[in-house]
Amino acid sequence: MGMDVEVVSKLIIMISFIKHRKIYFGFSGVLIIASIFALIVFGLKPGIDFTGGSILEIDYQETRPLNQEILEKLNEFDLGTIYVQPTGEKGVILRMEEIDEEIHQQILEKLQDGKELEEIRFESIGPTIGQELKQKTKIVIVVALLSMIVYIALAFRKVQRPLRSWQYGITSVIALFHDILIPLGAFAILGKFYGIEISIPVITALLAVLGYSINNTVVVFDRIRENLLRRGEIFEEIVDRSLNQTLSRQINTSLTTLFVAGAIFFLGGETLKYFALALIFGILAGTYSSIFLAGPILVTWFKFRRGRTN
Amino acid sequence: MRKRKIYLILIGIVVLAFLTGNLSYPKYLNQGIDFLNGSFNVKISHFWDVPFKLGLDLQGGTHLLYEADLSSIEKENYSSAMQGLRDIIERRVNFFGVAEPVVQTQEASGQHRLVVELAGIKEPAEAIKMIGRTPFLEFREQRTEEEAQKILNKQKELEGLTYEEAQKIENWELALEDPYFISTTLTGKYLEKANLGFNQQTGAPLISLQFNNEGAEIFEQLTSQNVGKILGIFIDGVAISTPVVQEAISGGKAQITGDFTVEEAKELVRNLNAGALPVPIKLISQQTVGPTLGAVSLQKSLMAGLFGFLAVIMFLIIFYRFPGFLASLALGVYVALVLSLFKLIPVTLTLAGIGGFILSIGMAVDANILIFSRMREELKEEKSFVIALEEGFRRSWPSIRDGNLTTLIVALILFGLGTSFIKGFALTLSIGILLSMFSAIFITRNLLRLFAGTRLEKWGWMWK
Repeated sequence: MGMDVEVVSKLIIMISFIKHRKIYFGFSGVLIIASIFALIVFGLKPGIDFTGGSILEIDYQETRPLNQEILEKLNEFDLGTIYVQPTGEKGVILRMEEIDEEIHQQILEKLQDGKELEEIRFESIGPTIGQELKQKTKIVIVVALLSMIVYIALAFRKVQRPLRSWQYGITSVIALFHDILIPLGAFAILGKFYGIEISIPVITALLAVLGYSINNTVVVFDRIRENLLRRGEIFEEIVDRSLNQTLSRQINTSLTTLFVAGAIFFLGGETLKYFALALIFGILAGTYSSIFLAGPILVTWFKFRRGRTN
Repeated sequence: MRKRKIYLILIGIVVLAFLTGNLSYPKYLNQGIDFLNGSFNVKISHFWDVPFKLGLDLQGGTHLLYEADLSSIEKENYSSAMQGLRDIIERRVNFFGVAEPVVQTQEASGQHRLVVELAGIKEPAEAIKMIGRTPFLEFREQRTEEEAQKILNKQKELEGLTYEEAQKIENWELALEDPYFISTTLTGKYLEKANLGFNQQTGAPLISLQFNNEGAEIFEQLTSQNVGKILGIFIDGVAISTPVVQEAISGGKAQITGDFTVEEAKELVRNLNAGALPVPIKLISQQTVGPTLGAVSLQKSLMAGLFGFLAVIMFLIIFYRFPGFLASLALGVYVALVLSLFKLIPVTLTLAGIGGFILSIGMAVDANILIFSRMREELKEEKSFVIALEEGFRRSWPSIRDGNLTTLIVALILFGLGTSFIKGFALTLSIGILLSMFSAIFITRNLLRLFAGTRLEKWGWMWK
């Protein structure tokens, strides 16, 4: 094996991800606790997709009236709380409870009242539809999580040493929860302070992050598997080397994905904005966990087991 | 692998790129063809110009969800009642001149619903009113032959054109008219009462109508003008009966005989009297996007796609040099290929769909990044170019496969959720993932093979 020494010397620039793993675990731990805290204290702000309600966006042709004027005009309709939010130069977005077509037309007429306006969009979603969607979304999330766990268990069923295949599975699921919890926590905070809602696009993006997160972890684990077959090194070194070998891929792939998600966020318009934001959070968390969490967790687990058997 | 085979494959890729590129965006090629036709007096036909199919959120339009109240209907008749409802609403919706209206029944958690989608509609409020209104009864006179011919000619002229193209032709609205009949002022408005009756000789069901005084006057006038001609009785724009007028009728009584069963006649009578749909419906959800917002959304999302694409290409070239350049070419073919498929299938493009497609651009290069990172490692181990190339592809395959598979599984599960936003996203992402394997692996590999054994491979800085 004289050649191997030479080869190793050429790959010498290695970062040890294992040595400082407690710092990485600590960092993630703080973020996860903060996220859980935000989720419990603030909670998520569900959009009208899930609660039912209506959104009316209009554009005034000349000048936009003050929010107060708009509210006064709509006083007679008894619609509970109406949120008025200016948008663009002359636009206004109104959020209120679900209204039927008749009230919708009356509101438009009332708002018009001598002023030229254009209706940009109108959405009214009944509460039953919202309930159904909530139910469906829960099912889909559970099914997606389960299928990812099954997938990992199958993909790593042949790797038995030095850890069991289910241990790889559990580790990637930990990484997965990390990657979903942190964006959710971020949205809880954004919901509390900026009124950003969890809408169908945000859920879609988070589910896409599921696949992406598993993908990242699998790349690292695949490399560990491959290196395990090749050399008789100690496990820690194998994990460290595998992480170093896959590092540029992890960073580059998340960069390209961040480029497109960033392009959607900055240029893609209102509907896709928070979809892209959820993606960005998820990609960042996913990249971090695949580099700093998944491998080091394996090593910790390995050491724990060895400590016990000795 | 022999060079000849590689050349053949590359020619295939170039042809594919040319075809899909021009299918995605035929404007420039067609301008070129126009130029050639103009300057050399030849006649080359235009390249196939298939439009993208845009969803409601991009072209503007309204999505309506109605819930049907089936409480008065026996359970075994649910589906036929819904079918009847669908047919009637479809007939009404066809009035709006919307290109491809969608009317579908839907069952969710025991509720029967009706989805109506009207893309590009100008006055959604009018449409909602029309859908929920009473059946529209009217009497129509025969047109003169001259007029009929005019309309038929116009219809022929517009035949085969898309909705957008047709609108550019002068008097295009004429083609929407019924060529044989013209509306009169006599409508259901003047109807006092409708009754079910039976023909005393044949026993066939018939509907007798009683007009009010004003209606009776108009009816008398109409019949006297049309003796010997057909006076059509239309409900919701469909001819129910086209009797020939024997003589002027006074007193405001008319009979509709037609090719209908007792059940159908009963239903007609009920609808004419009560002015109701077969079952009551309630609008439970509405999403309307104005044409301005649709156009803005489309433009913005295309912009995002373009800049995302450029950023990815720049990154690939800066970081991976020559292989990155080749991968960018492959990514270009990928984009053209996916867009062509969107046109050909056709996939209805929504904002979510475009979002999924843009995301897939970022993800598509993942395979290339895996491969190139691997190639670099092999090159660093002083392996020959050819071996590094083939090893790079071979060794990264398991990761590429696993990675794409997980995303694909999630996309399929998302598809099951059934909300249109998520469906659009899952569909384009799935198409993107499948095709990206082709472009990132097959196309890039063959482009790289072209340079194996040439002087170019010696220039280390281009590869490492």
